[in-house]
Order: sequence, then structure tokens, then C-alpha cells
Amino acid sequence: MPVEVILPKVDMDMATGRISKWFFDNDSVVKKGDVLFEIETDKAAMEIDAPASGILRDITGREGVDIPVGAPVAWIYEEGEAYTGTPAPAEVAAIPTESSETTVAFPASSTPEALPLVAGSTAKVRATPLARRLAQDAGIDLADVPGSGPKGRVSKSDVLSYRPLQSAASDAGLTVAASGPAPGASSDDQVRKLFAEGSYEVIAHSNMRRTIARRLVEAKSTVPHFYLTLDCNIDALLRLRAELNASAPIVDGKAEYKLSVNDMVIKAYAMALRAVPDGNVSWTDEGLLKHHHADIGVAVSVPGGLITPIVRSSEIKTLSAISNEMKDLGARAKEGKLKTDEYQGGTAAVSNLGMFGVREFAAIVNPPHATILAVGAGERRPILVGDDVKAATMMTVTLSTDHRAVDGALGAALLGAFRSYIERPMLMLV
Amino acid sequence: MDTAVRELSYSQAIQEAMAIAMEADERVILMGEDIGVYGGAFQVTGDLIDRFGPDRVMDTPISELGGAGVAVGAAVTGLRPIFEFQFSDFAALAMEQIVNQAAKMRYMLGGAVSVPVVMRFPAGSGTGAAAQHSQSIEAWLGHVPGLKVIQPATPHDVKGMLLAAVADPDPVMIFEHKLLYKMKGPVPEGHYTVPIGKADVRREGKDLTIVATSIMVHKALEAAEALAAEGIDIEVIDLRTVRPMDRETIIESVKKTSRLMCVYEGVKTLGIGAELSAMIAESEAFDYLDAPIVRLGGSETPIPYNPDLEKAAVPQVPGIITAARDLVKGVR
Amino acid sequence: MAKEAATTVTPEADGGNLPFIYRQYPREKLLDALHKMHLIRKFEEGAEESYMRGLIHGTMHLSIGQEASAMGICLPLANDDQITSTHRGHGHCIAKGADVKRMFAEFFGKTTGYCAGRGGSMHIADVTTGNLGANGIVGGGLPIAVGAALTAKRLKTGKVAVCFFGDGANNEGAFHEALNMASVWKLPVVFVCENNMYGMSTSTERSTAVANIADRAAAYSMPGVIVDGNVLSDVAEASHEAIERARRGEGPTLIETKTYRYRGHSKSDRNRYRTKDEIDDWMSNRDPIVRYEAQLLELGIATPEELEAIRTAVDEEIAAGIEFAKASPAPEIADLAEFVYTEQA
Repeated sequence: MPVEVILPKVDMDMATGRISKWFFDNDSVVKKGDVLFEIETDKAAMEIDAPASGILRDITGREGVDIPVGAPVAWIYEEGEAYTGTPAPAEVAAIPTESSETTVAFPASSTPEALPLVAGSTAKVRATPLARRLAQDAGIDLADVPGSGPKGRVSKSDVLSYRPLQSAASDAGLTVAASGPAPGASSDDQVRKLFAEGSYEVIAHSNMRRTIARRLVEAKSTVPHFYLTLDCNIDALLRLRAELNASAPIVDGKAEYKLSVNDMVIKAYAMALRAVPDGNVSWTDEGLLKHHHADIGVAVSVPGGLITPIVRSSEIKTLSAISNEMKDLGARAKEGKLKTDEYQGGTAAVSNLGMFGVREFAAIVNPPHATILAVGAGERRPILVGDDVKAATMMTVTLSTDHRAVDGALGAALLGAFRSYIERPMLMLV
Repeated sequence: MDTAVRELSYSQAIQEAMAIAMEADERVILMGEDIGVYGGAFQVTGDLIDRFGPDRVMDTPISELGGAGVAVGAAVTGLRPIFEFQFSDFAALAMEQIVNQAAKMRYMLGGAVSVPVVMRFPAGSGTGAAAQHSQSIEAWLGHVPGLKVIQPATPHDVKGMLLAAVADPDPVMIFEHKLLYKMKGPVPEGHYTVPIGKADVRREGKDLTIVATSIMVHKALEAAEALAAEGIDIEVIDLRTVRPMDRETIIESVKKTSRLMCVYEGVKTLGIGAELSAMIAESEAFDYLDAPIVRLGGSETPIPYNPDLEKAAVPQVPGIITAARDLVKGVR
Repeated sequence: MAKEAATTVTPEADGGNLPFIYRQYPREKLLDALHKMHLIRKFEEGAEESYMRGLIHGTMHLSIGQEASAMGICLPLANDDQITSTHRGHGHCIAKGADVKRMFAEFFGKTTGYCAGRGGSMHIADVTTGNLGANGIVGGGLPIAVGAALTAKRLKTGKVAVCFFGDGANNEGAFHEALNMASVWKLPVVFVCENNMYGMSTSTERSTAVANIADRAAAYSMPGVIVDGNVLSDVAEASHEAIERARRGEGPTLIETKTYRYRGHSKSDRNRYRTKDEIDDWMSNRDPIVRYEAQLLELGIATPEELEAIRTAVDEEIAAGIEFAKASPAPEIADLAEFVYTEQA
């Protein structure tokens, strides 16, 4: 029997994936462990290894189209094994799902029943050709789209008005009243009717855009947010940074590190979380997860969206280590080359828009984080020292907390600890 | 050029086209049963015999097969006959000459001849003439390569298309719905042509494309106006030519509206709607379909005599309205 | 037949007692007629052999034995007079002046064929010599010939249309409709029924209510003429008179040529409906070419050597025709739809 090569699930909430590149053609000889193809998921590229050695045949998974998780994309035949045409795909139920990633049981109806070889053509879904095409273009699994037509037929308007949240929320067993549009929300048609035809163009959503939308809607509507703002004087921090950068060892004509303000913010916030460990938590219904390390997610803007690579155990890493790790993560994030475990999880997050001159803002907590620190620009402001007005470089930060996990006073303590590290940065070096 | 436009009836427009063609070209003759002093069963030829004489407005014996064949032979050898069938139903008597001879002669002879014959077929139901005088058989002839089959729906088009047919080197079959003969509409004076093989978008809309033929164009337009009051915006395409079919216009329209309904009087099964549906299903418009294709055609019966039965045997405006509304609202 | 000693006859000298064609036509036209009769027979034999070798597709209907009928009818016709022909139409086509090279090419399905490979045997035609085409439908050509005559009359071209058909066609409605209209309108058309006694397998006795097809002319107020279809001069004389009548505007004539086909209806005929004796009798005693050649020798119009030279020339022409057909290009598949409609600029 030939060995089936499937499109594996490589991301937690991944229903479909796109093969961005095959490294072998039909009839190639492959060895077990060879990289067969690369999957582009919502956030990153994954390399998939050959599950067996032999001859690669019947590559049905085309590049650049959405393919349901578990669908066969090729077969590997043993040398000399008779080729009798495309084999029937194995039952999808036989494909193990990573149920350990979630504690919530998915309703049976939400798992794809059919095993379409061609992406987007979930065969058992009643849908018009136009709906199928739009869904495929937008990377929507038609099985998730409620059909309004006879016998549940999905039409164009169903696809256009489809909100991923609806299925995500119900899949997750959440009790948010999300079965209809949120209050004040309009259907796509209603929105479009507000604009003259021809005065706009419709940009199809990318997978990343849909994920961002879904997760943020979910976060903002399920996490009770609470905000705390204070100003930090960063003159001392800037002096220390200059000194440290000036004394960086030169190896091969290059400085071994070049610290940014943000690197120091990451370190300061990680140390604050160690100092106030009750703030380094994640909410679950069962209980608070109190983390042993401060894994800081750092929002990085990438073409078409953003991603938050994680600097693990930042509280114990040196500034130079954090700095160099961030440089590497940031560069690979922009290339779409992050591995799943490099951006999934984390215990808290930092988002810095200071480089754009933003003075202050409030960020949305991204579960499983309980907090996110929004960092504004460092700017020279007049401050009162005693009764004297002096100039200082000030940076305004806003801490958003998941109030279920982090109350106001706790948040204030956490933020206070952060400021103490920022304003007395030498403490970060010991 | 400044050409006056008058209101003419459909049959007057045909007569005017024939007169213009005969004035311009001595080779054009009219043939048919009782088209001379009688003026034709529907008075389409009228008093043309007074203008052109019995040699050019020829009464034939009641010999549809022979008459059609004479027209074919005359066309092959240099005349440009316009042959009138008294009723389209009688074409069954002449199928041999139409299908085996006129349609195939050029091909069989490797292009050595052309067959510039025009045949006119008074067609359709609504006159109480029952099963043998009311049929719509355009799809029969539309199935035959070598023929061109047209169904003008307005006085303007019938004049222009008849003049185009007379100028056409190949056999052209014109189906004229009998209920249209008295319909009036603007018709320019003088010679003009309306191209064969080109459909006409009679009404633009974005929710549904109705492709209709002949008298059904008017019924579809009436239905579209009624539904406009409900906010349903229908595009009505007058097919005008059954063969060769104007694929582009229809495909473009369906790509725009994502819905197709075909309305025609011929028997629904294996008819024009089947061809339109299949053509769309095979085309790039398939991926734009957002609803099933709907056909409204004639019933699977001969045309009955009783007036209520007769009406029920072919699509009518209320039925078109209901079907179109259901289709746009996703009920069917 | 007369048994006088062979003397050189000049039509001008002693015309009175000679058969029609010897009074009417010069020697070279008489020899050309023989040439064409041989050409018809050899063409069909060549086609038959090519068919049996698998070089020709489909089927064919051979007129071997009927050469005098085709040639005699066409002898008085001018090049631009028009004929409509039948499924058994190779003879008509050659008699009217077609080139056997292009006929073979058509049979071989080549682009150089008269119908560019679209028609084959059953639709063989040469419009340039006035042949509007063989017809696969029994009786199909009858109304078309009347239409051609209508054109001739309306446009005053002076042309005559000749309509060949078989005994089978006289029971088609088209026959009656066409004869009636031609008579009512006094059109310049000659109806020629080549009665070879069988419509496929059904004899005229079993299929037709009148003894002679020509008897039906009376029903349409036109002359009905019966001739021995295997005697060239008799056929040509009847044709001549009918054509002249047509040209004078006096209307149509129905000629019945009594003849016989040696071969079966088509290539799949097992000849179960007639006896071998009957066929042998026609072949041995009434062959049109043998009879014509004997008369030419008898009247001193040609020597045996001259006749032999004609046969040799025909053989060479046939061989060259087959070579031409074989060497000609086949149509491109991409051109399948060419000629369905007239190409318009």
C-alpha cells in the first residue's frame, strides 16, 4: 500500500493550510525525512517531511490553494510497488487530531466530513458555484458557513456575511450571544450599500487578517479589560543604553549587541512580572495558571498584519540575549518563517508604538496572556522636580489587564514595579 | 442620415422590409401559399402583389415540401426567395428540404454553393388554433448546423433582421410569433439591418438575467417592471437569434447577475432553455452562478384549444414574476 | 438493328434513315460520348476496386450498365445548363463534364475533391459544369431542379434544368409536388426517370401503380416519353426534344429511360431480389457501350483501332486520376466546420 502524505495540522486553530512550495515533483525518489513541501499557515511557514521513503506520486495538493487539514496531498510508493492510479484517501477520522491542544471538545459537526482533494470544494456542502469560488478565494471552509437557501444551500451572500467568530465561538463552546451579528454590526450588504458602487474595491481577506480579526473580536468581547497608565522617566535608561552599546565588544568588525529601548522594556516588564508573580498568570475556567517564567510576546508588525513572537524566560535573560533574540525573531517574522512554538503561548505581551511617535494607547489583551503593556514614545517633557520645572525624557505606558485574572491594585503594583526597573535600569543588570 | 421613425405594426414592418428588398434587388421573390391576392393568411404580404406582380409574389400550390424545395433550388441558382409557411407547424411537411437540403448543401458540396433562402414561419400559441397551428418549433431547426434561426421580438428588429436575412448568403429561418403581428413599435424608414447572431439587452439589471425569446421578451419585461417595485433588479436579454447563439452577451450578463432564467414558448424539455443552461454551465460564468438555473418553457403537451388551458401551456407574466422573485430571494 | 456494310457516313449526306445522334452531332462529339461512357464505367470499376482495397470510406451506388442513359440525356445540354443528380450519380457527373481526377479525389476524401472531402460519392457535384449535386435523399433533387428552372425563367438565362431521379423517387411526394409546380408555372425543366426496375430491392411492379413511370406525366399535363435507356441515340433524341421544348417556354417533359444496373443497389447488396439469369441477359445482350461501339463500327464512324485507342486513353486517365487522388492532401481536422456557413468578411 502506498503511504498517504497528508496536509498535517501544524497550528493550533488550523482548519486549512496552503502549500506554498513543493520541493519534489511527481515520480521523484524521496527519503523518509526529506522536506517534501512547505505549508503557509495563518502565521508562518512550516516544512513537512516525507513520512516514508519511496517514489512520490499523485501530487494532488496544489500550491497556493486552501487544503483541509488531513486531506491527502500525495502518495509515496515503495520502489517496485504497482501503481494503480490515485488511491482512495483514508478516512479522515483516522487522522489523529491534536486534541491535547484544547480542553474543549469540538462538536462533531464542525469537523470536516468530506475529504475534498481540491481545496474549498467541501463536497457535501450545498453551495452555489459562486459561493464556492468566493469561499475558496477567501480561505473559508464552506462547512462553517450557515446556508440560508433551500436545504441549507450556501450562496454568495452567506459567504460574504460569514463571520468566522460565529463558528469559532460556538466551536469553543463559548456562550457569547454571537449567533447573529453583534449589536450595531451590519451585514456586508448593508455596509456596501452605504457606499456608491465603484467608489471602492473589495480586498479579499488573507488568512492572517481573518485570524487577527477573529482573535481580537474574541479577546475584546470575552476578556474584561482594565487599563492603568503612568509615565516613566527614561533619562537614566537612555544613558545606560548608550553606555552599554558603546562598550559592546566588537567581533568580526561588528558590535556583539545593540540594545534598543524596547529590549530594555521587555526585560523591565519581565522582571516586574517576576517581582509581582500574581500578575504573571493566564485565565482558564478551571483555575488561574500561575507561570514560573515570564514569556513575553512582542508585537511585530509584518506585511498584512502583525504577529507576536515570544521571548521565553525574559526575566532571566541578559539584555544582550533578549536584544539578539528579538532581532532574529523580528526578521524571521517579517519573512513568514517563524515556527509555531515561536509565536504561540506566552504569559504577557509588550506592544510598542513609540517609534511612530504615539504618545500613549491601550492595547487589547491577547489570551492566554493576562496583561499587555502598551508603550508610547519617549519624549522630552517638562516635569516638576520639587517645585522646579525641569526637562526630562518621559515615556507613557498603559497596562491592559484581564480583570478576571489581574485586579486593579495588582495591576498597579505590576506597573509600579515596571517603572522602578525602567527608572533605575541598573537593577536590570543584576 | 435623417430617417424618420414611425409606429408600424410587426406585420407592416415585415411587409416594408420585403418591399424594400424587392425594390433593391430583382432577384428577391416571395413564395408561399395564398400570399398573392389573398395577402397571406396573416396579411403580411398584403397587397405587395399589386406592386410587384404575380411573378414575384408567387402563390404556390399547397405543397410545402415541393415549395420549400423550389425555393432552395432557386436560391442555389441565383434568386433570393423569401418563402412563407402559412403556419410554422407545416414545416414538418418540408423538413426534408429544410434540414437535408438547404442546411447541408453548401457543406456537402465543399463550399461550391450557397443557399441564400429566407423562410418565414408564423409561430406560437394564443390564437385558439390548437395543436397543429400553434407550435413553436424554432428549437427543432436550431438543432441543424447550416441554418440560421432568428426570432425577432419587435417591429424594429423584424424589419432589420429580415433585411439582414435577405442579404445573408445562408438559409435563414425567421420565426414570427403570431400574437406579435399587431404589436406596434417604432420603425425607421428605409433600409437598415439588425445583425443576426447578436442578442439585445432590453433592460439592464443586477439581480437576475432573464433570457427570453420572441413574445416572451415582452412578458419578461413586464415581469421585470413589476419586480422593480419590490427592489428586484432584472436584466432582460432578447435572444433574437437561436442559431448562432450570442454566447458572449449572455455569459457576461450571468457573470454580472449570478442568476439565469430562460423564458421561451417552445416545449421546455430539450429546448432553447436547455441549450442556454448548458452553455452557461460549460462557460466561465459557471463559477459566478449563485442560484440554480431556472427554465420556464412550454408545457409537455400539444397546445390545447380551450383558452384557459392554452394560456396555461406557455409561460405567462405572473408565473415569470413568481419564479424570478423566488430565484432572487433564494427560495428556489 | 441494321446490318448494312460499314460505310463512312456524313450526317449531312444521308441523314434521313440514320438514328438521331448521327444526324445531329459531328464525329468528334460522338467519339467523345463513347469516351465518356467508357470513362463512367472505368471510373466506377476503379472506384469499386479502391473500395474493396479499403481506400474508400462509406459506400457507393454504381451505375454500371446505365451509361447510355446518363450520356444520352447530357449530350444535348450546354455546359451551363444545370442538372440535379441522385445517389447513383457518378455517370451524370462525368457525362456533364466533370474531371475524374477530382471525382476520385473526392471519393478518397481529399481537399482536391469536388466537395473538398465533405461529400463523397453520394454528394458528388461539379457546379462549374452545371451539376448541382448528387443527393442522398430519394426525390431530394426534384424540387431543387424546379427551383433552378424558376431561376432560369425569372432571370431569363435561357438555361434548362434536368432532373435525374430513379424509379423509386416516383413514389415520393416531392415527385408529384415538383412535377405539378413545374407544369403550372411552365418551367424549363426536364424530368428524367432512370428506371432500372428496382428501388433498392423492390421492383416497380410491386411498388408502382402504373406500368410506366412516364404514364404519370399525363397527371401533370406534360409529355411522357419512354425510351430504351441503353440506346444512346434514343435517349439523346428524347432529351433533345424535351430540352428544346423547355427552351421554347412550353414547360416540362417527363422522360423515362428503361435501363438496368449490373451491380447491387449499394456495396452491401446481396442481390437476393433478382436472378443471375436476368443480370446476365442484360449484360450479354443489351450492354449500352457494346451496342454503341457496334453501331459506330457499323456506320464506319470509327475503326476498331480507334475504339481501342479510346479504351487505352480511358485506362490511362483512370490510373492518373487514382494517383492524383492518392497524392492529394487530406483535409485538416481543424477545418471540420469550414463550409457550414458562408464565410463573410
